[in-house]
Amino acid sequence: MPEKKPASGTLFHKFEPYIYLAPATILVVLIFFYPIVYIIRTSLLQNNPNGIKTFGFTNYQLVFQDPIFWKALGNNGKLLLSVPILTVLSLLIAVLLFEHVRGWLVYRGIIFMPYILAVPVVGTTFVYLLGLNGIVNTLLKGVGLGFLIQDWLGSIKWVLPSISLVIIYREMGFGVVLFLARLMSLEKEILEAAAIDGANFWQKHFYVTLPQMSGVIEFFVVVELITMLSWVFAYVFTMTQGGPGFASTVMEFYIWKHAFAFNTPGLASALAVILLAVTTLLIVLQLRLRRRSLEDAA
Amino acid sequence: MKTFKIRQDWRGLLASIPKQIILLFFSILAIYPLYYTVVIAFKTRPDWLHNQFGLPNPFTLQNIIGALREGNIPLWFGNSVLVTAGSLVVSTVVSALAAYAIARFRFPGRAFYYNMMIALMVIPPAVLILPLFVLMVNIGLINTLPSVIIIYCGLLIPFSVYLLVSFFRSLPPELFDAAAIDGCNNLDMFWRISLPLSTPAMVTLIVVNALFVWNELLIALVFLQDQNHKTLMPGLELFRGHYTLNEPLIMAGNLIATIPMILLYLFGQRLFVEGLTAGAVK
Repeated sequence: MPEKKPASGTLFHKFEPYIYLAPATILVVLIFFYPIVYIIRTSLLQNNPNGIKTFGFTNYQLVFQDPIFWKALGNNGKLLLSVPILTVLSLLIAVLLFEHVRGWLVYRGIIFMPYILAVPVVGTTFVYLLGLNGIVNTLLKGVGLGFLIQDWLGSIKWVLPSISLVIIYREMGFGVVLFLARLMSLEKEILEAAAIDGANFWQKHFYVTLPQMSGVIEFFVVVELITMLSWVFAYVFTMTQGGPGFASTVMEFYIWKHAFAFNTPGLASALAVILLAVTTLLIVLQLRLRRRSLEDAA
Repeated sequence: MKTFKIRQDWRGLLASIPKQIILLFFSILAIYPLYYTVVIAFKTRPDWLHNQFGLPNPFTLQNIIGALREGNIPLWFGNSVLVTAGSLVVSTVVSALAAYAIARFRFPGRAFYYNMMIALMVIPPAVLILPLFVLMVNIGLINTLPSVIIIYCGLLIPFSVYLLVSFFRSLPPELFDAAAIDGCNNLDMFWRISLPLSTPAMVTLIVVNALFVWNELLIALVFLQDQNHKTLMPGLELFRGHYTLNEPLIMAGNLIATIPMILLYLFGQRLFVEGLTAGAVK
């Protein structure tokens, strides 16, 4: 006699996937959704002279009038400019490794290594290397460019380019490994055909390799743009503390300052909402671009 | 014919010289800061002052011993191990369950849930710290290791779910059909099919996540302000503040904090490469 499925069983089956999702959902709500609601609410609360809190845009007005906010946002903007350099360098090295240069595995192992080092460790090392008696200045003196010597992280003009360089130094390992993995998955026949047809190194890679890499390049560029907006706190904190003055203050660092040093939660929340909005804008733009390129291809 | 071949090899070798030079240059750049850290960690302070860039002369273990003795570095090291292990265990189990649901069931809201996870990967942690700080103070977890373990778990879930969903989807459906015929329920299949067959993906995920947790600074700095409950990254900030003028000691501290990740890298380079390129390369 065939067994009849009990009614409670089907009900259970209907809800079963949600049971598996429950723990992850609780954590995600607690760590992401609750804080986002909280900062939006706090950023809109304002203290009135009569002591009653009302909703309004005072915090945003204060932030927009604050020159240091614009400085911090601008600094994040300048960091974004290092993404093209980072991408081109990573691509170049990945292609060189792909050409089966002798010892490429060893080279890959070494070039990727900075990526596993902690930012605070890398940061303190570079404080010495970029200092007055550091290797950079020693080398400059050695090749007769002594007039260029300076305290790279102590100069208002050079502090941000110096930090960019350290970020590029660490993130390049990721780019190289990512691009190399994609290169190795390309079909070899096309490249061999190009070589037989007499294409040289640049022709071969510019016309054959690069177009096939567009997906992974786009992925890397987006990841790095997000890094420059959302993951540079540790560099700034360990190398410069945002200084000299506010010359290397970035959004994350300024949010942290307002929240835990200046004790101004309303302003910290408004800054956080703005950073969140900028990041979201970037992602939406990227999704748009991707959709358009898909439509073009179709 | 033979001479032709030899000449071609020779030419190939000559052509590869510029490539070798470029790669050698970038390799030296990449390794130099680590070389510098290691070398200074084994120098005496007078040696460091006079001979900053060369090899240690005399070689000394004094800094390493000093770093292990004078600060709280062994304690912080232990805390880092606990936090990393705790975050990895909880986040991996929780993410695997969620990924299993997304990969194996059809249910309303599945696509939305999956896309939401992808979107969450880009939220800057700096945006979340103030509300989480207030929350941790209110529930009495501030300055305790569980506070950062909970936060790291939350931050790790989106990427972990994303990676595991793509892996679970690649498992052959026939296995699950056969198991269903044998009377396995869905939870059995999770334990007996999905998890054992995903060991490579799990190991990769754990290695990449361990790297993140071990090296993270901002969250640890904000939530672990008490000396005795710090992990290594915020601990070393304090240590550097105490011994500003003793550079070799600071470098010894940095080196101790770096060694676990270097060991992990030496033994599992492949895992890093796989984990970091997963999803992007198809």
